[in-house]
Amino acid sequence: MIAAHWKDNVVRWILLAAASTSIVVVILIFLFLIKEAAPFAHHPGLRELFARRWNPVSFQKESFGLLPLVTGSLLVTALATAVAVPFGVIGAIYLSEVAATAERELLKPFIELLAGIPSVVIGFFGLVVLAPWVKAVFHLATGLTALTGALLLALMAIPTIISISEDAIRAVPMSYKEASLALGASPLQTIWRITVPAALPGIIAAVMLGMGRVIGETMAVMMVTGNAAIVTFSPFESVRTMTATIAAEMGEVPFGSDHYRALFWVGIVLLLATFAINLVAQKVLKRYRLAHE
Amino acid sequence: MSKARTERAFFWLMRGATYFIVLAIAYIILDIVRHGLPAISWRFLTGFPQKSGAEGGILPAIVGTSCLVIGAIVAALPVGMASAIYLSEYARQGAFVRTLRLAIVTLAGVPSIVFGLFGLGLFVLFLGFGASILSGSLTLACMILPTIIVSSEEALRAVPQSLREGSLALGATKWQTIYENVLPYSLPGMLTGSILGVGRAAGETAPILLTVAAFFLPKLPRSVFDQVMALPYHLYILATQHPDVEKVRPMQYGTALVLLVLVLGVSLGAIVLRSHFRRKYRW
Amino acid sequence: MTANSPSEVKIEVEGLNFFYGPVQALFDVAMRIPARQVTALIGPSGCGKSTFLRTVNRMNDIIPGARIEGKVLIDGRDIYANGTDVVTLRKKVGMVFQKSNPFPKSVFENVAYGPRIHGAAARPALAEIVERSLRRAGLWDEVKDRLDASALDLSGGQQQRLCIARALAIGPEILLMDEPASALDPRSTARIEDLIGELRRDYTIVIVTHNMQQAARVSDFTAFFYEGQLIEFGRTKQIFTMPREKQTEDYITGRFG
Repeated sequence: MIAAHWKDNVVRWILLAAASTSIVVVILIFLFLIKEAAPFAHHPGLRELFARRWNPVSFQKESFGLLPLVTGSLLVTALATAVAVPFGVIGAIYLSEVAATAERELLKPFIELLAGIPSVVIGFFGLVVLAPWVKAVFHLATGLTALTGALLLALMAIPTIISISEDAIRAVPMSYKEASLALGASPLQTIWRITVPAALPGIIAAVMLGMGRVIGETMAVMMVTGNAAIVTFSPFESVRTMTATIAAEMGEVPFGSDHYRALFWVGIVLLLATFAINLVAQKVLKRYRLAHE
Repeated sequence: MSKARTERAFFWLMRGATYFIVLAIAYIILDIVRHGLPAISWRFLTGFPQKSGAEGGILPAIVGTSCLVIGAIVAALPVGMASAIYLSEYARQGAFVRTLRLAIVTLAGVPSIVFGLFGLGLFVLFLGFGASILSGSLTLACMILPTIIVSSEEALRAVPQSLREGSLALGATKWQTIYENVLPYSLPGMLTGSILGVGRAAGETAPILLTVAAFFLPKLPRSVFDQVMALPYHLYILATQHPDVEKVRPMQYGTALVLLVLVLGVSLGAIVLRSHFRRKYRW
Repeated sequence: MTANSPSEVKIEVEGLNFFYGPVQALFDVAMRIPARQVTALIGPSGCGKSTFLRTVNRMNDIIPGARIEGKVLIDGRDIYANGTDVVTLRKKVGMVFQKSNPFPKSVFENVAYGPRIHGAAARPALAEIVERSLRRAGLWDEVKDRLDASALDLSGGQQQRLCIARALAIGPEILLMDEPASALDPRSTARIEDLIGELRRDYTIVIVTHNMQQAARVSDFTAFFYEGQLIEFGRTKQIFTMPREKQTEDYITGRFG
């Protein structure tokens, strides 16, 4: 319908090609992970991944069971979420509903700062300061435990949770709050009975995105969780997460070996897990945004 | 009025929780600064590592990180900005745009170590670049692409639609309108968003672990195919794998401080720039 | 509904139906707008007058889902025919928006923008065009000493006259104005209305207004729209004193709208 000028058309195609890069990269990521991991399915076979031990370097029999790694990730993630959610949600509520504007203008960027600290620096801090502290307080043999890792991860997830939850809380229409206050409810009652429930989908999405970040975190956990690939649910034991496994072992592994390919499988599981969490979180966020337009 | 009392107690609890986080952040930063400052010296910043990194300086790591970051930006910025322009100005609702947005969100959520595996598989092995600045930069570029796209698109959408309409009504083509009347006002916002991407790229360890990093390389890189030291990786090895961990503590703290200053400085710069430009362009 | 036109017909519309996606906004509109006269489009909110205005310079094209049936002929040529160059069309048909939208550039750059993108580049030539357009728009005396100041520093009325100057700078034959004075104070409104009276000598002007007194003051011909249909079209004097349709009479006497 519209007679376009040729230069405009060329520009449009260039921009389109550039935009497609994102799609291409995602496809390539999946492709190359599968490419390196696939031969494992032949030999020793995918069933090996379901074994109960991860012992890839052994003179007798190598085991490539992902279970200890998965439980390690789950344990650390669960603990981190348990710590991050209360602090994160309460922090978000405080910042959006209770804090004075000047206070918020100061605190918010400061907390965003935390999100900017490289994970290796946080891991370093955990190693040198937090781990000995944990060891002393809980009388453990070593401070390199799931708990230590969880505490660091919580710190890293909190800015994400606060940021997105705060957006969700600010999006709750003024009219709800006014109606509640007009009925004689106190500010605190209004917050807990009206505002937070209304913002709940957004808060849940925030928590899920925080969890996604936690599961994918590598350096900080690698430096403080002790790296023992065992199946345990005690926070005071050393564990191994999926991320740490890849990072720690990839450097030493011979190319093309079963161990090498098993590590790529760990990567695939990791990718699928974070993809699923992020997808669900985005859907929740989208529905929440539509409901409040 | 006991109810008011309980309310106030609750508020103080919430205040406490929030400030506890603030204190934790402050503690971490102060700890690094306190222990890292003594290690900083001219020799530290400009010298080469000696005795397996236990002494000397970290210049190669600083240079290495800079090379990686510059490479990542050179690769990701044009592609990211172009993608954002497409999404904001040209895209129409449809399957392609939906897929594109899904891809961007997915990329944003991929764990950094998985990027490392990807970089290993594609750049190091398949394309044969080997462990090099090239592989590392390209991997980092893929990682920061979503950040650049999202913040650039935001900057573009901040330009009021009335400007575009006014230009089109005067007979300008779509690209003329974008080039003359949208880009000039969104460029600052796009750039500050990209600077945030730079900060991220500088601090990441996992992607470069598998694609570029070397630990003890007491010389500067000469080509993009060289391996290189990097600050985050250097800190990691010093902290976890050096045989004499206690002795090199000052080096560790020094490296951590340099990295922290670099990353936070860049982020701070971006935030300052952003508020400066917000004030400059009132609509 | 043909007009009692004294001279040529500049814009002729036949069987125009317009859709925003599944919703129809204009129903079978037919009209002949005479050249070098002021034609006012009146009607209650949402009756389609702005939509109709925007079909004349194909500004509706940028709305996703917009669809048109029928013909819009300018100087006898259908502007929706295949192969029409929209850019050239918009050089011929200028537009002034309801809310003035000067670019965040200097006064000079705002007016020079149009000529510049259409090829003129030499500064002396541009300066001449800018001065000429600003004089036409009755703004030259107020801004001639601050051509390089930001356009956003001008008052509301001045900004709107700047937008008119900007539209004039590309040398159009037709001027479309979408409620150009609705956001202005009475004095600025009066100035714009005087301006329209002067511009009428050289341009065909189509103006959308919700202010009936303004339509009566300013226009030669009036078209009354209601719910997407053209109810009546004729000389302004006739429409306002002896309307043929009852709906027209009801609207004009204020019974609704």
